[in-house]
Amino acid sequence: MDIVIIGVGGQGTLLTSRILGALALEQGQDVKVSEVHGMSQRGGSVITYVRMGPQVASPMVDEGCADYVLAFEPLEAMRALPYLKKDGTVIVNTQKIMPMPVISGAAVYPQDVLERLAQQCRVVALDALSLAEEAGSAKAVNLVLLGVLKKLLGGDEASWQKAIAACVKEKFLAVNQRAFALGQNH
Amino acid sequence: MSEKLMLGNEAVARGAWEAGVHVVSSYPGTPSTEITENCAQYPEIYTEWATNEKVALEVCAGASVAGARAMCCMKHVGVNVAADPLYTAAYTGVNGGLVVVCADDPGMHSSQNEQDSRYHALASHVMMVEPSSSQECKDFTKLAFALSERFDTPVMVRTTTRIAHARSRVELGEREEAAVKPYQKDAKKYVMMPAMAKPRHVAVEKRMVEAAQYAETCPINQVFPGDKKLGVICAGISYQYVREAIPQASILKLGLVNPLPRQMIADFAKTVERLVVVEELEPFMENQIAAWGIQVEGKALTGLQGELSANRVRQIFGQPVPERFPVQDIPGRPPVMCAGCPHRGPFSVLSRLGYHVTGDIGCYTLGALPPLNALDTTLCMGASVGMAHGFSLAQGEAFGRKAVGVIGDSTFLHSGIPSLLSAVYNRSHMTLMILDNTITAMTGHQPNPNTGLDIHGQQAPQVDLEQLCRGVGVNRVRRVDAFDLKGIETAVREETQAPEVSVIIAHRPCALLNKGKAVTPLKIDPVKCRGCLACMKLSCPAMEVGPDRKVHIDPNQCVGCALCQQTCRFGAIEGAVEEK
Repeated sequence: MDIVIIGVGGQGTLLTSRILGALALEQGQDVKVSEVHGMSQRGGSVITYVRMGPQVASPMVDEGCADYVLAFEPLEAMRALPYLKKDGTVIVNTQKIMPMPVISGAAVYPQDVLERLAQQCRVVALDALSLAEEAGSAKAVNLVLLGVLKKLLGGDEASWQKAIAACVKEKFLAVNQRAFALGQNH
Repeated sequence: MSEKLMLGNEAVARGAWEAGVHVVSSYPGTPSTEITENCAQYPEIYTEWATNEKVALEVCAGASVAGARAMCCMKHVGVNVAADPLYTAAYTGVNGGLVVVCADDPGMHSSQNEQDSRYHALASHVMMVEPSSSQECKDFTKLAFALSERFDTPVMVRTTTRIAHARSRVELGEREEAAVKPYQKDAKKYVMMPAMAKPRHVAVEKRMVEAAQYAETCPINQVFPGDKKLGVICAGISYQYVREAIPQASILKLGLVNPLPRQMIADFAKTVERLVVVEELEPFMENQIAAWGIQVEGKALTGLQGELSANRVRQIFGQPVPERFPVQDIPGRPPVMCAGCPHRGPFSVLSRLGYHVTGDIGCYTLGALPPLNALDTTLCMGASVGMAHGFSLAQGEAFGRKAVGVIGDSTFLHSGIPSLLSAVYNRSHMTLMILDNTITAMTGHQPNPNTGLDIHGQQAPQVDLEQLCRGVGVNRVRRVDAFDLKGIETAVREETQAPEVSVIIAHRPCALLNKGKAVTPLKIDPVKCRGCLACMKLSCPAMEVGPDRKVHIDPNQCVGCALCQQTCRFGAIEGAVEEK
C-alpha cells in the first residue's frame, strides 16, 4: 500500500503520515514514512510518502505507484498526480490556497482543477475544512481526510483509534476523533 | 525489547544513547538537526548547541581526549566548517569514542550545494559508516563508537535526507554505560606541532591499513548472492532502491564506506558477469574500484546530480517502469516568508532602493525569490559580510555605497563575527544589516546565544549584538524596528553613505514564535482601495488581489504586522497600529 500525502507547509501533513505509520505498526505491517523538513515547510508544497506491507525497502513512493493521494489542496492534488497509480484514487480537500506566483500576479490559479482531476482519475473531493470546523478546529482537516481514507481502506476501527491516540496530543484528541468520524461519514 | 517507528535522526540519537555517549555538541542544519534535539531528551547526555560546527567538533574533541564518549552532528556543508579540527583529530586520535555525524542532501531539499561528504572521510583518513534504515542508524552509530575506540580515530556516520528524514522500525535496546576513561597527559599524541605530528601521520597511515583489513570481515559489509549476470555494489539509501527495483541481482551492500574492502570487492566482481556501482552524487566507490583495475560501471548510468529512486534504478537496468499521469501544467508553490515575517520589511526596502545585497543562509534567503528579488548573492554561512566588503572594493565608491550585506543573528554568530572584524581592520565602508529574529528559524527554531535560552529551554546568557559589534570596532551601530519601513529606509540611506563600517540591527522575533497568540488582523476598505497594488510588492501570503482588482487580507493568516498599512498612500488598510 503506497500513499502520498501532499499539502501546503503548515497544514498538518506530517501528523497524517505519523498516524498512518502508527496504524501500520498496530496492524503488524512493515512501514516506512518519508518526510521533508527545512525550507519547503515555509508555505511551500510539502510531500510525504507512506509505504506499508509485509516488507518495505525504499521509503519513497515512486511515480505511478501510489494507491492513494491524500491532497490537502486542489492544486497540490494536481502536483502529486504523477505519483498516482493509473487506477488509484485522489482524496482532495477543496479549500484553495493561493501560491505566491498567483498572489503576485505572475500566474493564474486554474479554475477547473477539480474537473481536470476528475477527467483523469478517480477522485473523492470534499470540503474538509468545513467538516474540520464543524468538528471544532480548522486544523483537523488532516483527520477528516484520514476518515475518508479509512472508509475506502477499511480496517478495524479500534486500530485506527489506537493509532490516532498514539500521535495526537491528549487535549486535541476529542476534536480529532470527531473530525475523523465526520470524514468517515462523508 | 520494544519496537518503535523512528526517524533516522531519532535512531542515531538512540544509538548514541545506548552506546553510553556523554557529550553531544552540534550546530543545527537540515537534515541533521533532530539528532541533537533528540539527544537533548535523554537526561544522561550533556547536549548543547554550539555557535558553529568547528566549535562543536572542538568541544567534542576535548571531551573525547579527556576520556568521555562524544558526538558532533552537522549537515554536509557543516563538515567544511568543521574540517579544520576533523583533519587533525584524525592525527591525535581519541581517548573516549568520538563520532561525527554528517547528513548529506542529494537533490538539495534544503541546501546550497550537494557535495558528497564521503570525500571528507577519504581525505581526512577517517573511517565512515553509512546506514540504510533507521535500525541501521541506531546500530551503526553504536558500532561507530566501538570502532572509534578500537582504532583510535574519529569515526564518521554519513546519512542522506531520505535516511535522516524517513521513519522505519527500530528495535530498542538499553543504555550500556561507558565509563569515562582516565585522562593522562600525552603531548606526543595530542599536541600537533611538526615534531609530534610527523610520527602521528605514520600512525594514521598504519591505522588505515588495519581498518582496511577490518573492512574485509566487518559484519556490516554483506553479500546477498543472486543472479550472476549482474552484481551491484551499493550503500545507504541506494541499497533500498536496488533491493526494490532489481531484487534478483547479486548485491554487495557496504556499511563501512571508508575504507572500502578491496579484496571483498575483487572477490565479488569475480562472481558476476557485470559489475555496477549504484551510488548518488560522486563516483566515490566507482573510482576507487576502477583504480584497482576492476571492470566496473557507475556514473555513466546513474549520473552525478540529484537523487536516485527505485524507478531510476529500474530504468538503468532496463526494467519496466509503472505508467504514470503526466506532470500537470500548474503554477508552482515555492516556499515563502511567513505572514508577519520580520525579514519582509528590510528586503522590501532594499529591493525598492535597488541595492546590491549580499545575502546569507537562513529563512531570509527566500528574499531572493520574486517578487522581492532582493538578493544578489548567497554563498555559504557568514559569506554576506566578507562579500559585502568585496563588493565595496570592486567597482569604485558609488557602487560600494549601494552594497549591503544581510545576515541573520544565528548566522552572524556562527561565522560572521571574524569577517566583520576583518572589514573594520581593513577600513571598509561596507554596511551590514543583521536580521535579528532571536532564533535559528529555518532549521526549526533552535535557540542560539542571542535567544536567552539553551537547548533545554532553560534561561541562558544572551549576547548583546550591539555591544558585540562595537567590541570588534564598529562605531556606527544602530537598531531599527524590522516592522518600521521608514526607519529602515532612513538607516540604510544614512549608513551606506558613511565612510566606515556600519551595522544596522533590524529587530523583531520570528513570526512563528508568536503563533497561537491573539492578534488583530488588518482589513482593507474596498472603497478606499484604488487597486494600485503597492502593498502587493511586499509578497505577503496573507494578501491577494480579488477579481475586482482590490486587495483582500486573509484574517486567518494576517498577524497584524502592519507593513502593508505603511505602503498604502490612500489609507485603505484599517486596523490597530501596534504600539512601537
